[in-house]
Amino acid sequence: MADAAALWISGSLAEKIRTHGAETYPHECCGALLGRDSSAVLESDRGKGALTPAREILQLFPLVNRRDDSPRNRFSVTAEDVLAAEKAAREQGLEVVGWYHSHPDHPARPSEYDRDHAWPWYSYIIVSVHNGAPQDMTSWRLNDDRAEFSPEGIEIRHRAAVSATGFSTTEK
Amino acid sequence: MPVKVMIPSPLRPYAGKRASAEFSARTVGEALGHLTTEFAELRKHLFTEDGKLRSFVNVYVNDEDIRYLAKENTPTKDGDTISIIPSIAGGCTWKRRLDAPAGAALNFARHLCSRISEANWNLKE
Repeated sequence: MADAAALWISGSLAEKIRTHGAETYPHECCGALLGRDSSAVLESDRGKGALTPAREILQLFPLVNRRDDSPRNRFSVTAEDVLAAEKAAREQGLEVVGWYHSHPDHPARPSEYDRDHAWPWYSYIIVSVHNGAPQDMTSWRLNDDRAEFSPEGIEIRHRAAVSATGFSTTEK
Repeated sequence: MPVKVMIPSPLRPYAGKRASAEFSARTVGEALGHLTTEFAELRKHLFTEDGKLRSFVNVYVNDEDIRYLAKENTPTKDGDTISIIPSIAGGCTWKRRLDAPAGAALNFARHLCSRISEANWNLKE
């Protein structure tokens, strides 16, 4: 399922994730990725020449890291926060398609702990923050067998416009 | 009227893309058993290898978290809605973090040793 997946995100939203990671340093930041998955695009809109991404992030829903006991190397989003993020997404005709968090002074690669606690289908964006400065940003999806993550390519698009029926792009 | 089980987005690919499923069940455990029998691929995402609900899988009957009821033995009645709500967790590992200060302390110790050696050498001179 994660094969050849690509995640579209605007430069400004990508920058907001990086900034969030810098603001909470040396603690981990976290938030929800609101957007659309290609499965939400109506079949009738396919094949009309529109470029369709696998998944597109259109808004962020920053959250408070609930891990007071170990915020430098752990993040936690409660079920209540998940419901709040889903509600915010629904109100805009979007859905929660993933989550982002930072790795303070660690590479932007998923840890064993990340894998053990991950859900399938979601995109997991990780931004590495070294000495307070955001560095690499990567995205991952858990494989069906839960054995490992697969990398998901991030494509920076200045703005991806979403019509009521699906995706279309307006590069600016 | 059976019990309705709401399936969250990340699990729908393993449940025929369905957002919900209905079963006749007397308890939450029974309903989840029916769900994972019908959609076997769901099992590993909901339960650990020893059959326990994963820690980041939250189950509600109507608006009540089953952790505060009778967990999987929580009784259900016709018309109840069981919701599977994710919680999200992750983070980097401690090991490397501990390596950094430990390495710095080691370098500092080496530095002190070299300075002491230099001082001793100077005294001998």
